[in-house]
Amino acid sequence: MTAAVDAPGLPAVAKTGLFKRWPILRRLLRHKAFVIGAVLFGFILLVALFADWIAPIDPNRISIRNRFKPPDLTHWLGTDNLGRSQLSRVAYGARLSLAIGFAVVVLNAVFGVILGAAAGYFRRLDNILMRITDALMAFPAVLLAIGIAAALGPSSMTAAIALSAVYIPRTARIVRASVLVVREMEFVQAAIAMGASHLRILGKHVLPNCLAPLIVQLTFIFAYAVLSEAVLSFLGLGAAPPTPTWGNIIAEGRQYIREAAWITVIPGMALAATVLGLNLLGDGLRDVLDPRLKISQA
Amino acid sequence: MGRYVVARLIQSIPVLILVSVISFGIMKLVPGDPAVLIGGPTATPAELDNIRQNLGLDQPFHVQMGRFYAGLARGDLGRSLLLGKPVLEATIERIPVSLSIALYSMVLTLFLGISCGVIAALKRNSWADQAAMAFALIGVSLPNFWLGLMLIILFSVHLGWLPTGGYVPWQNDPVGWFRTATMPAVTLALLQVGLLARITRSTMLEVLRQDYIRTARAKGLPEFLVIAKHAFKNVMIPVITVIGVIFSVLLSGSVVVESVFSVPGIGSLLGSAVLRRDYPMIQGGLLFVATALLMLNLLVDVLYAYFDPRVRYDSRS
Repeated sequence: MTAAVDAPGLPAVAKTGLFKRWPILRRLLRHKAFVIGAVLFGFILLVALFADWIAPIDPNRISIRNRFKPPDLTHWLGTDNLGRSQLSRVAYGARLSLAIGFAVVVLNAVFGVILGAAAGYFRRLDNILMRITDALMAFPAVLLAIGIAAALGPSSMTAAIALSAVYIPRTARIVRASVLVVREMEFVQAAIAMGASHLRILGKHVLPNCLAPLIVQLTFIFAYAVLSEAVLSFLGLGAAPPTPTWGNIIAEGRQYIREAAWITVIPGMALAATVLGLNLLGDGLRDVLDPRLKISQA
Repeated sequence: MGRYVVARLIQSIPVLILVSVISFGIMKLVPGDPAVLIGGPTATPAELDNIRQNLGLDQPFHVQMGRFYAGLARGDLGRSLLLGKPVLEATIERIPVSLSIALYSMVLTLFLGISCGVIAALKRNSWADQAAMAFALIGVSLPNFWLGLMLIILFSVHLGWLPTGGYVPWQNDPVGWFRTATMPAVTLALLQVGLLARITRSTMLEVLRQDYIRTARAKGLPEFLVIAKHAFKNVMIPVITVIGVIFSVLLSGSVVVESVFSVPGIGSLLGSAVLRRDYPMIQGGLLFVATALLMLNLLVDVLYAYFDPRVRYDSRS
């Protein structure tokens, strides 16, 4: 265990009603990685939520007079080749990146649970569903997403669909594995003996006990989705310019890497901070919620 | 052993069939008329008809599917619109480029990942452990294309040590190869090192708790031999299984990384096919890569069973 439970120097957490109700919250707040992740991700989330307020000017307002201004007091993060404010573009980029990541997480939660629960609970479906997930997982994740996004045509919607299609089989596998364990437990057998319907057994007894690994998996999916969305938009398969996404800002800045490196450097740092934050959050959640999963699958 | 290999081969057949169905299906996701997208807004109706005929888009669905599988049986993955040559030929031509960078990257990954993981496990909770694990975590969080660009800024623009991109074949000029292949290989490797280091660390910690390690120490073996001879061998077993995963990530990473460094490999071939809507190339390329990975994973599984006989008897693990 890397979690230092009673190490001195960590913030003491008061025993308020909140912590009594959710003791897990206290353990999370004592997990160093989780707290660092929460701060990093929380910061980016605030930037995304308050992008209108943070961004000084319209992210698409062109000002040729102010081209290639390096970061200074007036242009905090500098300007790009068209004189657009990098601060505005990166802030609005955060909004789109997180929105797509969140959409992928929601789609994964819905379809991953349905497919995983069906495969784990109804043994007849298992073989078919698992072979389909095997086939989908035979493609490298980003490559399949690129293929689907290329076929559907570039937009943020297709990026979200493509990434969901790629990660749902992975989520379904995790849910299935937990359902397989839980369905053999005595309380489930008892529910069966009492004549509960399949839907009731799954919804009331099995799935609530599979939540921990699912939450951990979804946190990592969020991280992968944000990262892969940047890859897609870097390749020109995400939202079309001038709509700013971290990936397309980097792609545009690439041509000016010699004279204006900040155009490329800054959105990449925001991207890395987001993914690092989510990975740390995921690590913390995994350690606290489900220590058995310590070696997560990639 | 033979029985295990045959069983694994048979298991992979339905997956291969499904992989081909998915590759075929991807082209059917194209909204509207693919001919219009390929031909562009300036294409005349005659040109559009020509494209439809060439791709078989004028045929009913089942005929298209039949043609696709008949082609596969002959080893024909279709014809690239962009290059005007068979997809398989275009892909095979570029294998040496991608493979040489992938292997270079693999060597870097294995060396750095395993050493970071072993050091972290042996010096558990020390600053070395923390540093190795922090490095590992940052590695998996960096976007690879961005990391590549950062390396270009540092080593090409500022220091002027390495060229910004391009590729020199090994057989033409080994030094040139080294200069052009290093940044792409490092970019691809840094992202994997983290994964491998974490797995090596936890496996090593697990192995060090085993009875045979205690026995080795008890019989007075020097610590170095205990680690190198008894622990390390057992650590390598799970590491072998990760090689398949690492290769898969290397391959998908190569699409962007090869584009960033203008390396003429399979990745940049697919990248440019995507941008120019060369659907047969995308379809064939995906199928090729997925099949290659399936074969590789099969090989990894067989190797795993060879090194660890327990797997053969308990195929569930």
